[in-house]
Amino acid sequence: MTYLTKPKFHHPSLPTNKLGFTRRDYEASTSTLCAGCGHDSISAAIIEACFELSIEPHRVAKISGIGCSSKTPDYFLGQSHGFNSVHGRMPSVLTGANLANRDLIYLGVSGDGDSASIGFGQFGHAMRRGVNMTYIVENNGVYGLTKGQFSATADRGSKSKKGVLNSDSSIDLVAIALQLGATFVARSFSGDKAQLVPLIKAAIQHRGASFIDVISPCIAFNNHAGSTKSFDYVREHNEAVNALDIMLGRAAITVDYEPGKVVTVQQHDGSQLRLRKLNNDYDPTDRLAAQNFLIRHAAKGEVVTGLLFIEPDADDLHASFNTTETPLNELNAKELCPGHAALEKLNASLR
Amino acid sequence: MPIEAVNDFVIRFANVNGSGSASANEMFARAIMRMGVTVAPRNVFPSNIQGLPTWYEIRVTSKGYLGARGGTDFMVAMNPQTFNADVASIEPDGYLLYDNTRALPPGKMRTDINVIGVPLTEICNKEYTDPRQRQLFKNIICLGVLTELFGMDFAEVEKLIGEQYRGKDKLIPPNVHALHMGKDWARANLKPIGLRIKRSNDIGDKILLEGNAAAALGAVYGGATVCGWYPITPSSSLAEAFASYCKKFRHDPETGQAKYAIVQAEDELASIGMVIGAAWNGARSFTATSGPGISLMQEFLGMAYFAEIPAVVFDVQRAGPSTGMPTRTQQCDIMACAYASHGDTKHVLLIPEDPAETFDFAADAFDVADRLQTPVFVMIDLDIGMNHRLCRPLSWDDKRQYDRGKVLSAEELEKAQDFGRYMDVDGDGIGYRTYPGTHADKGAFFTRGTSHDSRARYSEQGVHYVEGMQRLLRKLDTAKEVIPKPLRQNAAKGTRYGVIYYGSTSPAMAEASETLAADGHHLNMLRVRAFPFHQDVASFIADHDFVFVVEQNRDAQMRSLIVNELGIDPVRLVPILHYDGTPITARFIAGAIGDRLDKLKVTPMRKVASS
Repeated sequence: MTYLTKPKFHHPSLPTNKLGFTRRDYEASTSTLCAGCGHDSISAAIIEACFELSIEPHRVAKISGIGCSSKTPDYFLGQSHGFNSVHGRMPSVLTGANLANRDLIYLGVSGDGDSASIGFGQFGHAMRRGVNMTYIVENNGVYGLTKGQFSATADRGSKSKKGVLNSDSSIDLVAIALQLGATFVARSFSGDKAQLVPLIKAAIQHRGASFIDVISPCIAFNNHAGSTKSFDYVREHNEAVNALDIMLGRAAITVDYEPGKVVTVQQHDGSQLRLRKLNNDYDPTDRLAAQNFLIRHAAKGEVVTGLLFIEPDADDLHASFNTTETPLNELNAKELCPGHAALEKLNASLR
Repeated sequence: MPIEAVNDFVIRFANVNGSGSASANEMFARAIMRMGVTVAPRNVFPSNIQGLPTWYEIRVTSKGYLGARGGTDFMVAMNPQTFNADVASIEPDGYLLYDNTRALPPGKMRTDINVIGVPLTEICNKEYTDPRQRQLFKNIICLGVLTELFGMDFAEVEKLIGEQYRGKDKLIPPNVHALHMGKDWARANLKPIGLRIKRSNDIGDKILLEGNAAAALGAVYGGATVCGWYPITPSSSLAEAFASYCKKFRHDPETGQAKYAIVQAEDELASIGMVIGAAWNGARSFTATSGPGISLMQEFLGMAYFAEIPAVVFDVQRAGPSTGMPTRTQQCDIMACAYASHGDTKHVLLIPEDPAETFDFAADAFDVADRLQTPVFVMIDLDIGMNHRLCRPLSWDDKRQYDRGKVLSAEELEKAQDFGRYMDVDGDGIGYRTYPGTHADKGAFFTRGTSHDSRARYSEQGVHYVEGMQRLLRKLDTAKEVIPKPLRQNAAKGTRYGVIYYGSTSPAMAEASETLAADGHHLNMLRVRAFPFHQDVASFIADHDFVFVVEQNRDAQMRSLIVNELGIDPVRLVPILHYDGTPITARFIAGAIGDRLDKLKVTPMRKVASS
């Protein structure tokens, strides 16, 4: 990491998005993570995705738990409010924030310690509830900030940096998300920006609980031989099932696809997701098939990546609750207080 | 000589829970209320759904006493399991009513009480064949008998049945019929007793309201829009009442859409997390829980304290520690809430005495939380939360606006020369905050539980940390002026002795002070209604030689808090403690304080000769 702040000026030809912002407008503080950390690549991908979607930065609320991954919201979207909460409890804070204002974009950033151990319960229930959010787990198989203990996503038989063998079964958060009803489930790799950026974009656009498990190697504690979350291992075992193109609005098709090789998904806001099949057997709209595929390939030690499941017409928690279009945090005494007359009526009924 | 009293006795019903007795007993209490006579009903229910003993106690009083008295004058013993203990609990010369379909063997009964046998089962079985009907109507038949025995206004009970089953009109005639059966049987077979209920005019415009319902209503009136909660006895009914009131009051009349969101979370940690997330994002939010939930929420509460985020927590206090006695009352979370979480923390407590004050404090809690940007606990003793209590009618000023505290809008951010989330601009210890999404390039900041400087930037520098911690203490001083002040009531005669009390102790304390005064013991009284302590608490103690501190927990938690926060010599605060899970009584308080005061009385060296 560096302590030198990146200078504000940029090349005049730096591309701008629909809002007239450059990529730089989506950055924030300098990262204090280790040089080469996978998480910094994910932050860069988030910046790229928000830039490409022309999102207004201040309309994003970024919420995280505790851990190296949870520090990252400080490093992107400097104009957004951030909330670095307590270990494993980001989903509840995000849910509450979302209920207060349905109009913002909610980005939940967590790690495997945060979401697969102490926060396993909150992770699961957030998937069940269908809170409209983009939930990213930056998964490196260890507790980086406390210096290298195994996390619950570490594979059985993998070795720690000090040579200790993990004897516990690992938790596959993608499988759990599928099991519990998440309506957008993906896995990617911090080293594959071309795959990750479109997934983040699609997740943000999806109305419902979007979950992305991003393998993000920890160069300090889990990038050695014997790790199943190292750069080398993931590159060698990456089984991408599809590649995602996003057509915003009703853009004309500019790419030629081989017939039978594309799955098109219409999103509720009118945009389209084009999934180029890299594996002919994979259907991302079949939840059961997705779960089977994952189990079979996990047994072979493969890391299945891509958009693994999508239910485009999902409802979110606000739809379930039928809350007002006006965000709850904009309602005042006028709209919320039943008033003196109603109270007198109530008093009368209690005598 | 059988006990004789008009409008002054305690009647207790012993039932099996889940048998439909609760609604019949409540109707009986309401019928007395409709006759203009003060009633103080109390439910004593087990931590169970069906089949265990439950008691319903009604204190009838002509003096307006709302506290539990202690002792039972008239026992309706309908539970064979507790029969012996119930009989033993009757005051000498009191009354026992029991189902003598199966008559007691002679010689097995106390001789110092008046036994009234009513063949309820026999009457019931002759009339009904359906088992559930037999169970339910038995209670109503018994109600009819009692109405006759006490000389009550029968029409009032009939009216109540009509109200109870409004909308289910088919049920009214059979219930009225059962009522008549009881009344007719009693008239034909029983002699009048020494206990009577006579119409009076003591109620005025008072209402009968349950504490938890009052709190929920206060939350509605106070503008709460988000509730995250987890079921736990005795607070579940608070969240459920909120849902019910919201259904009534908080749907847009045109679209039918909800102006609120209630999540039954997966546990208490998620509950408080949602509350904090919602409040951070500008919605008034709350949770309702009890002792065990408070324990679970500690980490988040410390976070809300340090990061300065509003939150309202209703703690319906039950007997602890651990799972304790889930359906029994206590005041044992005072310390856990006042000092919630590790590190140096101090939280605001609001402590109401009855449902009316619970409504007020519930609504106020949201103003206080927003103004102080910190968690606020509303401590509702189970005795208040889970019982119906007569109280003054609820009131609301339609001109009242919500105090959302120091929140900067986009316009204000434009005009501001500088913004730092934790800057003490006004000297009251409270900074200005912004809601997410307010302004495109001004006002964003990072909320974190780690130490931060006045601009919310992460900092490990000692000077920033100490500055922030000191500011939090200044904020607490500001709090003292914003929260309810203690209420003082001086004795009729000058005295060097005082008493401090709080919460559900209040009605028993009022009665006890009259009893003590009649015995020549005069006490000035101070009812503490909030924490941190206003200056008046220290002044009150300074005015007296000794101050009794009456509370319902083992370790005298409020007394400890006073000693700790105000630096008072503990010897000057005499603990009066009742904590067996039953509501504290005037008898207990008067007895305990009376004993202590008697010991302090100086005996004269020579007795003056009396003529």
